[in-house]
Amino acid sequence: MGGNLSAVIGVLSLVTALSAALYAVARLRGRRGIATAGQRATYEVLHTAGLAAEPLRAGLTPAGAAKAARHLRTLVGADGLALTDTDRLLALDGRGAHHTEQLSAAARRVVAAERSTVLGESELACDRIDCPVRGAVVAPLAGAEGRVVGALVAVTDDVPAPGLVQATLETAHWAGSQLALAELDSSRERLARAEVRALRAQISPHFIYNALTAIGSFVRTDPERARELILEFAEFTRYSFRAHGEFTTLAEELRSIDRYLTIERARFGDRLQVRLQIAPEVLPVTLPFLCLQPLVENAVRHGLSRKPGTGMVSIEAQDAGAECHITVEDDGVGMDPGTLTAGIAALAGATGDPGEDSGQHVGLSNVDERLRSVFGNEFGLVVETGVGSGTRVSMRVPKFHPGVRAGS
Amino acid sequence: MGNDLVVPAIVAVTLVTVAIGFYGLRLARTTSDFLVASRVVSPTWNAAAIGGEYLSAASFLGVAGLVLKYGVDVLWYPVGFAAGYLALLLFVAAPLRRSGAFTLPDFCELRLGSRRLRTLATVFVIFIGWLYLVPQLQGAGLTLATLAGSPYPVGAVVVALVVTANVALGGMRAVTFVQAFQYWLKLTALAVPAIFLALQWQADGRPAVTPPEGPTFRTATTVVVEHRAVLTLPDGQTREVRPGDELTFAAGEPVPEVSGVATGPTDWLLPSDAGSDDRGLFATYSLILATFLGTMGLPHVLVRFYTNPDGAAARRTTLVVLALVGVFYLLPTIYGVLGRIYTPQLLVSGQTDAVVVLLPEAALGAGTTGRLMAALVAAGAFAAFLSTSSGLLTSVAGVISTDVLGRGSVRGFRLATVLAGGIPLVLALNVSGLDVSQVVGLAFAVAASSFCPLLVLGIWWRGLTDAGAAAGILVGGGAAVTAVLVTVLGPPLTGWPATLTAQPAAWTVPLAFTVMVAVSLATRRRTPADTARTMLRLHAPDVLRR
Repeated sequence: MGGNLSAVIGVLSLVTALSAALYAVARLRGRRGIATAGQRATYEVLHTAGLAAEPLRAGLTPAGAAKAARHLRTLVGADGLALTDTDRLLALDGRGAHHTEQLSAAARRVVAAERSTVLGESELACDRIDCPVRGAVVAPLAGAEGRVVGALVAVTDDVPAPGLVQATLETAHWAGSQLALAELDSSRERLARAEVRALRAQISPHFIYNALTAIGSFVRTDPERARELILEFAEFTRYSFRAHGEFTTLAEELRSIDRYLTIERARFGDRLQVRLQIAPEVLPVTLPFLCLQPLVENAVRHGLSRKPGTGMVSIEAQDAGAECHITVEDDGVGMDPGTLTAGIAALAGATGDPGEDSGQHVGLSNVDERLRSVFGNEFGLVVETGVGSGTRVSMRVPKFHPGVRAGS
Repeated sequence: MGNDLVVPAIVAVTLVTVAIGFYGLRLARTTSDFLVASRVVSPTWNAAAIGGEYLSAASFLGVAGLVLKYGVDVLWYPVGFAAGYLALLLFVAAPLRRSGAFTLPDFCELRLGSRRLRTLATVFVIFIGWLYLVPQLQGAGLTLATLAGSPYPVGAVVVALVVTANVALGGMRAVTFVQAFQYWLKLTALAVPAIFLALQWQADGRPAVTPPEGPTFRTATTVVVEHRAVLTLPDGQTREVRPGDELTFAAGEPVPEVSGVATGPTDWLLPSDAGSDDRGLFATYSLILATFLGTMGLPHVLVRFYTNPDGAAARRTTLVVLALVGVFYLLPTIYGVLGRIYTPQLLVSGQTDAVVVLLPEAALGAGTTGRLMAALVAAGAFAAFLSTSSGLLTSVAGVISTDVLGRGSVRGFRLATVLAGGIPLVLALNVSGLDVSQVVGLAFAVAASSFCPLLVLGIWWRGLTDAGAAAGILVGGGAAVTAVLVTVLGPPLTGWPATLTAQPAAWTVPLAFTVMVAVSLATRRRTPADTARTMLRLHAPDVLRR
């Protein structure tokens, strides 16, 4: 027991020393360590600006504006500060609550003229004897591409001094750039959604043509089978073109792949062999919609189209602790890794001719980009291939990722 | 102790476990049929797998040992171990599955959106996992020492090495099939010998479990003392014994009273009086709280719920687990009771945890039946160590590789596994004097005072904030952790301090709840903005979301 006791004391003192060191570092990095008045001022301005930036980055909404106005007022050093969008007042902090009508009217004028203005006592007349408001500076907020999206109003108890005007203009300029960034964020999301839509549209042309010809060949000889295939095809398109949801489960994706392969089997017959090895534990894993099927499509195209005899496509999904490892493999002709990289590079740069394999490149790089944008940069696709030795594409999917949810 | 069947049985169990882990998926699920490939794990299979992972050395060996030693008081252990699933079923199972969280840190991030809270939860998951791993390795050491005569560290090292290597090389990644197999193996390994034991007891003329004059030795016995104790001999003399002392008793001689053990018939048969000793009313309530509420905080149990396709399946699985685990816990009690007749020497030697593995040979004799049954029990015990340690190690290594080492590669996971397996082994080699079940009880107490409030309030109360959750976990869980450290490593205590640290749940669980609610109310501004949406996700029936 004596040995244990000393071990406990040792561990405890180690932990205490460690936390003390951490605390000391945290304090040193705090404002105490800043030496000169200039440094402190820089720190305070940047800190306040950072606090204001956060709500602004969510866009110009009443709730965000209310949070930002508080910090922007500190930044400008005015007695009151208001934010407006193009036609009404969103939030006001500090003085000037009974001047909202006049202020928003002035803001509308500023937005229309795209020029800042200074309001004097005459323009802010009111019937309250004790009203301290003497002036205001109104500056436009220029968002992305210089479009005016709102106005920033600084209210003062004094005749607006040149210093206040300057501070207001600079702050409005800075806030405008934050709003532009917000717009950029949302446009990036829109772009990602558009890519998914593009992928859905992309599946169709070849496959639809081939599927319909294959089904057509059965209409006379085996009408029952043709009917089943058309139903499978209908179900397949329903899933692929479904409008809602960015995510799906592995089980559902597999179901769709099954329909796809049923149709391909009608076309290729026994030439197409499929091997599946799916750990049942990972079936509920959530993954981006249509991120496995393009890989299977590629495998079918590559495993069969340019070689005689049968082709084998195998799909494996394995449980790996907090992740799921999925691989899609074919034993087809493979390709030169250099060609694949060059093709993807050409696609990314949008220069040059992507060549005959462009479909493959688009499919792979689209899946790769979407996996990276959802799960993070280290979750991209891994492609192993060589001329004459088949292709193997693998991906890792975390079982849980904040913000990823099937059917939402 | 020359049972030549024990070692082959243990080796066979280990090999089968490893082999199913590596080849089971390949054999069972390689197909060209999508219907077969996308068949989800049914609630029954999943429940058996949860049972297999959950029934640990504490359940297999410890419960019987405690019943032998302390009597009816400790029946709360098996009752609580099983009833914990009732709390899980009522409050947690379905909403947790619907949330999509895989581990407890995931749940923290999803519900409260805080990375810091996630880190804190990770620390607790690792601590609980380690605390739970120690008694498994301890049990392995004990079993091998008792049955094959090897030194204590051998069994612990063997199990730790097998499990660590297996998990690190990817053989044991939550394979439902293996764990389900382990459950049925454990059940068989206890049930079949129990039938033979009951028949033997009949044949011996049903000797009384609690004869009025106290238990007696049925045969001439030599006891090697393992734990320091004070013996009260029948003639009133007292004698202090130390580890290593050898005592010889003739057949029919009464078992001396041993300090700290319920030897006499009334101590054993009646609940101990409140306040009269360490295991009073408070300790009992503490135990009930810890086991009822601790199950939901065990990392290796929760990850299995992810395998269910939806909330309804999660609930059904829990119900089946309740039945399977409930059936299992009837058996160790029988062993503990019969142990008083056939292996009273364990009361003197202090190795009560070994009663399950020693009883078959002691009661059935050293003939073929006795040796076969002993080998079967030993195999079951090893299944218990392997499955529970694998499950725990996978969970702990998973959180270490994702949350401590960063989003890990396969190599990261391996490193994490070695780390996660090494530390409990070192601990297990240094603490051998504790009852297996008591250490597990402490792990339950920590889980009940940290994750139970987090899960229950997180699922059922909108007002929970990240600050509140962190404060509750730190204060309640921290108090429980301190109590555990004092119990396991600190100086021996007596009276109330001993009770409060040995069974901390009755004060740490309410403390954690209170702090969590109070701090959440004080920091109401920090309620996550998407609480309503998260709550909808947790509670809306699955059919609504299709």
